[in-house]
Formats: sequence, structure tokens, C-alpha cells
Amino acid sequence: MKSIPGEMEESTVEYEVVVGLEIHAELATKSKIYCGCTTEFGGEPNTHCCPGCIGMPGTLPVLNKAVVDYAIKAGLATNCEISSFSRQDRKHYFYPDLAKAYQISQCDYPLCRNGYLDIEVDGEKKRIGITRIHIEEDAGKLIHDESGNGTYVDYNRSGVPLIEIVTEPDMRSSAEVKAFFEKLKAILEYTAVSDCKMQEGSLRADINLSVRPKGQKEFGVRTEMKNLNSIRAIVRAVEFEAKRQILELEYGGVIERETRRWDDVKGESYSMRTKEDATDYRYMPDPDLYPIYVDQAWIEQIRATIPELPDDRKKRFISEFGIPEYDASIITASKTLADFFEAAAKDSKNAKAISNWVMGDLMKKLNDTGLEPSDIPFTPGNLTKLVSLIDENVISGKIAKQVFDIMWDTGEDPADIVEKKGLKVVTDTEAIRSVIIKVITANPKSVEDYKSGKTKAMGFLIGQVMRETKGKADPQAVNRLLKEELDKI
Amino acid sequence: MELTKLTACKAADKIRKKEFSVPELTQAYLDRIGELNEKIGAYITVCKQDAGKQADNIQKKIDNNGELPLLAGIPAGISDNICTSGVLTSCGSRMLSNFVPPYDATAVKKLSQNGAVMLGKLNMDEFAMGSSNETSWYGQVKNPLDYGRVPGGSSGGAAAAVASQMACFALGSDTGGSVRLASSFCGVVGLKPTYGAVSRYGLVAFASSMDQIAPVTRDVADCAAVMNSIAGHDPLDSTSRDYGHEDYTLSLKSDVKGLKIGLPKEYFSGGIQKEVKEKVLDAAKVFESLGAEIEEISLPLLEYALPAYYIISSAEASSNLAQYDGIKYGYRTRQFEDLVDLYKKTRGEGFGEEVKRRILVGTYVLGAGNYDACYNKALKVKRMIFEEYQNAYQKVEVILVPTAPSTAFKIGEKTADLLDMYLNDVYTVPVNLAGLCAISVPCGFDSSGLPVGMQLIGKPYDEGTILRAAFTYEKYTGGNGGIDCGI
Amino acid sequence: MAITKEDIERLADLARLNLTPEEIEKLTGDMETIINYSMNKLNELNTDDVLPMEHVLPISNVFREDICEKSFDREEILKNAPEKAEGCFLVPKVVE
Repeated sequence: MKSIPGEMEESTVEYEVVVGLEIHAELATKSKIYCGCTTEFGGEPNTHCCPGCIGMPGTLPVLNKAVVDYAIKAGLATNCEISSFSRQDRKHYFYPDLAKAYQISQCDYPLCRNGYLDIEVDGEKKRIGITRIHIEEDAGKLIHDESGNGTYVDYNRSGVPLIEIVTEPDMRSSAEVKAFFEKLKAILEYTAVSDCKMQEGSLRADINLSVRPKGQKEFGVRTEMKNLNSIRAIVRAVEFEAKRQILELEYGGVIERETRRWDDVKGESYSMRTKEDATDYRYMPDPDLYPIYVDQAWIEQIRATIPELPDDRKKRFISEFGIPEYDASIITASKTLADFFEAAAKDSKNAKAISNWVMGDLMKKLNDTGLEPSDIPFTPGNLTKLVSLIDENVISGKIAKQVFDIMWDTGEDPADIVEKKGLKVVTDTEAIRSVIIKVITANPKSVEDYKSGKTKAMGFLIGQVMRETKGKADPQAVNRLLKEELDKI
Repeated sequence: MELTKLTACKAADKIRKKEFSVPELTQAYLDRIGELNEKIGAYITVCKQDAGKQADNIQKKIDNNGELPLLAGIPAGISDNICTSGVLTSCGSRMLSNFVPPYDATAVKKLSQNGAVMLGKLNMDEFAMGSSNETSWYGQVKNPLDYGRVPGGSSGGAAAAVASQMACFALGSDTGGSVRLASSFCGVVGLKPTYGAVSRYGLVAFASSMDQIAPVTRDVADCAAVMNSIAGHDPLDSTSRDYGHEDYTLSLKSDVKGLKIGLPKEYFSGGIQKEVKEKVLDAAKVFESLGAEIEEISLPLLEYALPAYYIISSAEASSNLAQYDGIKYGYRTRQFEDLVDLYKKTRGEGFGEEVKRRILVGTYVLGAGNYDACYNKALKVKRMIFEEYQNAYQKVEVILVPTAPSTAFKIGEKTADLLDMYLNDVYTVPVNLAGLCAISVPCGFDSSGLPVGMQLIGKPYDEGTILRAAFTYEKYTGGNGGIDCGI
Repeated sequence: MAITKEDIERLADLARLNLTPEEIEKLTGDMETIINYSMNKLNELNTDDVLPMEHVLPISNVFREDICEKSFDREEILKNAPEKAEGCFLVPKVVE
């Protein structure tokens, strides 16, 4: 193995990876792009269908206005120009999931063009170009029968509106691809253009990738991997395919212009043996649909609905709540998480502690359970309360972790949990003193060690007191009283 | 009284006056179909029972003195490329020979709301591709006036049924002249509405940018009445629209004084049958005698309309007909090895020769490398033709031309020569390309006794003027709707 | 423009049409006639300064509101299917 990014010291030729993405996002409309059937995910096969969804003769498309609104919104949020004239075209190919044997898409006149997103990788800022965003319809779903009887076709998804976002081949590493994709996902979530549920296929990416010796101007031959539906898969696919292409070239091979399939289980891509030049989509303007003209008033009307986007929110969180930049970028990458944080922090005197809880225990819970921020089982107000219980010395930090676990499991108010379980800090001096006396009596060896100057013994004794009080004793009081008692001896 | 001889408007009037009942009228038509359809082949499906039920329901309303819609009780035939819920809609093709749509075309729904009784589904050229009705999977429709001749096409069944009194009126479709050509060959009236006037929802698409559902009637008044029932904006068809004067019957006035009628010289030269030219020029004289101003004009792009039409319509057809793949509905081949084999055999067996030819032409002109040179070129010529008509309408209000270069020809006469066959549409396609409206009205007979049709072409949305001109002419000459077909 | 048998075979493949050798033979000639007649004629016209006309009427922005309507009963959707199973359309195994 000679030259793989990151292992440059072994290489004779240094290679550069070139990646462009085509990202499909299902729009958050209630109804399909050309008919009134629901876009709801799932449902029994072929129950979200009308004759148009299955391409019956004589049916006609009527464009859902919300699709155009959402696409304009996505375009504005990604710094695109909105085309004053755009058109819908038919793209022809035969496949069982494509009911009409053509997909209504946009070819020469997409709704949005020439946008970009700025990303940051390892402290370095970079601008990734967005070539275009266009609207199109989704296809149905093929269900492959294990027994080999055939393939089942479900057209529920046929006609669900999509935007396709095409980037320039501007990304040079899997880290850049990841940063771009996460940024785009956050924007689509912030603007509510798409629910971005990748596990439901609402957001998926095609990867166009080539490699070339560093410094070479011309692009290498690119391959395409279609329909990657998790960030992890995207990163792994980019890394694998880059490595594969480099090895191929290093051993004197050539890269074929082809579509490859990413097998996420095996962690490798393989050729689908489709020759790119064999497809001729015969695009033509769809005679059933009139052109779309977008004027400035329409653009401004949509612009007014765009909320604060992740970058601005991040800046605001840093200045308004005084949280670290790193925390702010993580939290604002998810709109729901940022909403949760903001709701909790705005009523708290200790936003930094809220951020610590979110970045620590909360993120860990989400990671461990695989849940989404929208699934957090307690309210932001409860987190605010938990932090103030600590700050007001009602519970200790250690107890707070217990309370947090109970909140996660039951969604209960932390004050109620503390009350019910009797977790309040014990500040009653006499009660603490009596426990201390008990501990001193039971541990003469440690008392002796302390007296002979081994300060470690002090820690042990405090631990014993906390244990006796089940962690509820006010640590400061324990410290002071223990000293007093020891000094008496 | 021979009930089937009455026009729709007259029959509707007599039904209101209770001179006869709807079931009686319907039965008279069903009897006529029983007697003639075997010979003429106009119907693919006859809806005996449903028609009877519909007739009874409407009669009940009449007996209860309920408010009656325009076409209450009038029996009609529907071309088999217009979807009818629960009734076979074959498009004259083996491909859809088992297709029963679960929905009505908007025009069918509107006819039904207007009280019309559906007698059945009418034969046509396969997927409306043809000028002689010789391409139907269900066999040749014969011209009721001469069984050895074609009825014109593609809406041959519609024109033949109306001419032979097997339907009081019919709905066909007009993409390149289909309804007008067939109406002209069969001696009835056919109107191609302005693109967008009638919803295309439920009309099986051939060339979407030009397809229109079109009425075939005995006379001009019926044509206006049917238009009143079916026209208007439909939220299910993005290309349909309202444009103001939806009461077409208001145009049924006998008055052409001062009407500027243009006679484009290009339409009267070349391969036109002498008698056709004479009859249409005679009609021009009639208009002149009634006070119209006749002006010779020039539309030199006429000869380019036909090639532009074939390129554009075939391109759209190749796209529209891709959905027939043997998966969701329709014909599927019996034996196949895999998916691609299934597609190819299904489509190879399901489509007839003319349809395959046009799919190939369409696939060719849309293909990478040909799109600009062929398809885009045709779209540019389309604009030139559109503009030529726009300019003509600066000078005249109506353009008067023959509907076809000849009267009905013999069955098989033109099947050997493609271009000869396509030339039948030479006078009708410009109307579809330019989105105009036109009506074909009988204007006499040739020496063999075959009807000649003339076409009055109007500006977009100006059905009113051509209906008025046609009505005036018909009133003056007595018309020849309701020919007895020598039966 | 010469149209060859191979052209017809390629087009038929693209359009998923099975053609018999006789059909290919005949359609090759037909296509050549139609395309040559049409294109020779159209190419007589200079269209350098003409914009293609997709729609004949100057209409734009035809929309429907984003409102859900009831879908069809599955029975109706599947009624015409040549082959169906478990609420789905059935096709020969698709190899990916």
C-alpha cells in the first residue's frame, strides 16, 4: 500500500480525493408533488396512491405550490440565486419503481443555482459550491422477496416531493464531506424544509468521487455511489472508494466511469456493471406542466420565513450564554437540541452548567439509546430546575446524576424526585456531627493516620460520612465539622 | 317519428315536452346499434344495461318535474381513449384491451352531470394515431356512407356513429385533426376546441401539448350545447382554463355581416381534390352573399406544419406511451425471461405497427445528439407557425379552408404509402400546433356522393366566432347533418 | 440522414420494444422516409433567431394548494394489475 491520505510518508505519488455530492431531501409537504395523496412515511403498500401515482392513462400532474416554496427556502438558506424562470422536464428510463417510466424533474432550468455553504474542518474554513437545487418526484419502493418469487412494487412513495441538491466537486476529504453534509442537514432542519430522517430515506446522498495526483489540474475519472442513507455510511464510503481508486491506479489499473453500490454491511463498494453511456434519458419539457416564474416579491415572502440558521445561532449562543465555541457548534448542529438547550438556558442563571449537562450526560444518553433529540423524555424546564437545585445547594452534584437518570426514565420534575426520594442535602449540623462521631469511633486507625500527618486519611473519613448519609450531607459542612471533631481528639 | 334522426337539441326539447321518454330514445339508439354496429364497427363496447339504468334515472327526474340539465336524456358515444369508470377503455389497442379505469374523465363526468346517457365506447385508431381508422386492434371502422371507404381518423368510430345515428353525439379527441377529418369524411360536425378549453383529465395522452377532447355532432347547435357541458377549468388539468364566454349557445346567431374571412391560397393548391376545392370556394361565396368580407391571405408555412407536427407529436407519444410496461395494468406478455424481456415482449406484442413507428420516431428525435437538430428545430418551427397565424388574425377574424385534401378514400388505399396517409392531416395540424380552435362543417358532396368538409379556424378562445359563422352557413344551406346513410 | 438497422435496434432497445426481423426491416425504411422527409423540410427554414415554443399558450404558475385528499382504495389501484401479491404489484426479480 503506497499512498493513502493520512499515510503520506509512504507514498511516492501524493493523491488528492475529489468529491461532489448529489443530495436528495424529501420535502415536508403534507401532500405529494402532483396529487393530493399523503406523503406520510410507511403505511400499508399501495394505500397512499391514486391513479396518478401508479401512472394510469389520462392522469395529469398539478404542481403543489408548497414544493416550490420549500425549494426556494432551501435555495435562499444555501446562498443560491433563485431562477426567475424554471421548468419541469421528463427524464425517461424503464424501472418498475418508476410508474410513468419517466420522472418529472428539472433539467436545464432548475429553481436555484450558484449557492454555497461554508464549512470548517480542523479550524480551517472552506467554501463548498452548490451548483443547483431542483425539484423532482420520488419513485416507488421495490421489496425484494427472499424466496425469489419476484419483486414487489409499492408506489406509496411515488410522487413524494424531493429537492436534489448538487454540489461542485469541491470536497477533498471525508472530513469535509461530513462537515458539509452535517451543515446542510442542519440547515434543512432549521428551515423545516425536510424532516431529514435518514433512516426513513428522507435524506440520502449520492457520492461522485475521483482521485488525482496532487497538483494535477484535470479531474480523474469519477465513480458514483447512490443512495447512502447515514452519515457514517457516507464517511466510510468516501474513505473506501478513495482508497480503492488509489490502489487501482497505483497498480496500473484504470478507473471506469460507472455506478457502484455501497454495501454498508461489508464496508465496500462494488461495480453494478452499468455503462454510463448506455443511458439516454431523453429529457424533454413536460407538456402537462406550465413554467414557473418566481418574482422578487415571492422570494422576499419566503425569505421572511427563514429562521436563524446554525451559524448565527452558534455565534449568539457564545455571546448570549457564554458557552465555549465547541459546545455551541455541537449543540447548534441539531435544531431540536439547540431549541432544547436554549429553552433550558434562557431561564437559568447558569447557562454554562446547562451546556455541560447537554454536552455530557444528555448526549451520552442519546448516543447510548440511539434516540433523537426530539425524543428527550423530559422538558427543558426540568433541566433548568435540576441545575438550580445543584446551584442552590439543595442536592449535591453526585445526587444530581441520580436525579438526571430518574428524569430520563420517568420524565418527572427533579424537585419532585428529590422530595420523594429524600435526596436533599443534609445541612443539620448536629445530625452530621453525630454521624461523624460514629465514623471516628468506627475507624480508629484512620484517625491515628490523620493525627500522624497522613492527610489522605481525611479523604477516607469524609467518604465514610458521605456513605453513611447516602451522599446527602452538605460536603462543606462535613469537612468543617470533621476537622473540628478530629482536632478535639 | 324516427327518434334517432333528431339532433340533441331537438330531442332534449321533445323529452322536456314529454313527446317521448328517455328510455324510448335510448332504446331506439340501442336498437340501431344492434342493427348496424356489426357492419360499421363503430363501437368497441356497448353499455346496454348501464345506458338503460341511466335512462330510467333521468326519466324519473323528468317525471318528478325536477330541474333538468342541458343534455338530459341524450344518448352519446365516447371514444375509447376517454376514461370511463368501470368500463373498458382500450384506446383501440391490445395494450389496454383489458384496462378498466377506476375513474371518469372530467369530460365524461360533466356529460353525466348534464344528463347525457352513455351508450358505449367508440372505436378509433390505436392510441389515436392514424387518419383512417385502419390501425385499431378492434378492426376497421367503415364509413357509413360507403362501407368500402374509411371514416377518417383517428376518431372514426365517433364520426361514423353520429353519421349513422348510432349516437346522438359523440366525444372524440383531436390531436392533429382526428375529429375534424373524420367528421368531414362522414358528413357531420366536429369542433376542435382551443387548447385548454376542455379538461384533458382522463383522456389517454397521445401528444399532450396538442390533445383536446372534441365533440362530434349532427349540427352546429348541438356542438355548442355539448361544449357548454364539457368545457371549463378543471383543477385536475394544469393546462385547462376558463376564458370567459362559457355559454357557447349565445353564439348561435345567424349573422356574418362584416365578418372578415380569410382564404389562405396555400390551402387551395397542390394535391387537393378538385371538387373539395370547389365546394369550399362555393361556401366562401355563400358567406360573401351573406355579408361577410372575403379576403385572400397567405400562410406560406403550411407545408412545414405537417413535418413539425410529426416530430413533436411522436416525441410526446414516445414519452406518454412509455408507461405501458405490463406492470400496473393492461396487457402483459405470457412468457418472459426477466424484467427487460417482460418489458420488450409486452410492448412489442401490445402495440401495433403505427404506434411502434411513432414511438421509434419519438425516441430518435429526443435522443442525445438529435434533440437540438430535430425536436428543438420542430419547436422553433412551431413558433413560426404560431406567429404566422397571429399575424393573419390581425387582418381577418376567421380562416376558411378545406378540412382535408380529399373526401373519404377507399379502405387500404393509402396504407402502403406512409407520407400519402400522413398528408390527410395537412390542413388540420396547423390548428393543433398553433393552439387555435376550428370547426369542420359539411359543405356539400363530391361526384361520388361523399361529403366534403370545410374548416372554419378561429383565434385561441374564439369558438364564439367560428360557431356563429358555422351556424349561419348551416342555417342558410340547410346543412347535411343527420344523413340517412343509405340504410 | 441514413438510418440503419442498427439504429432501429438501438432505438427499439431504448424504447423497450421487441421487434421481429421483418419489423426491423420495414421500420428502418419507414423511419428513414419519415425522418428525412420531416427534417429536410424543416431545415429549409432558418430558425437561428427563433426560440423553441414548448407551450402555445402564455400561462405560468399553475399550482394546487398543499392539501391532502383521500387516496384510492388499494383494491382499485391493484385491480388492473397483471400480477399482484400481498398488496403489491409483482414483477420478475429485479437484480440490483
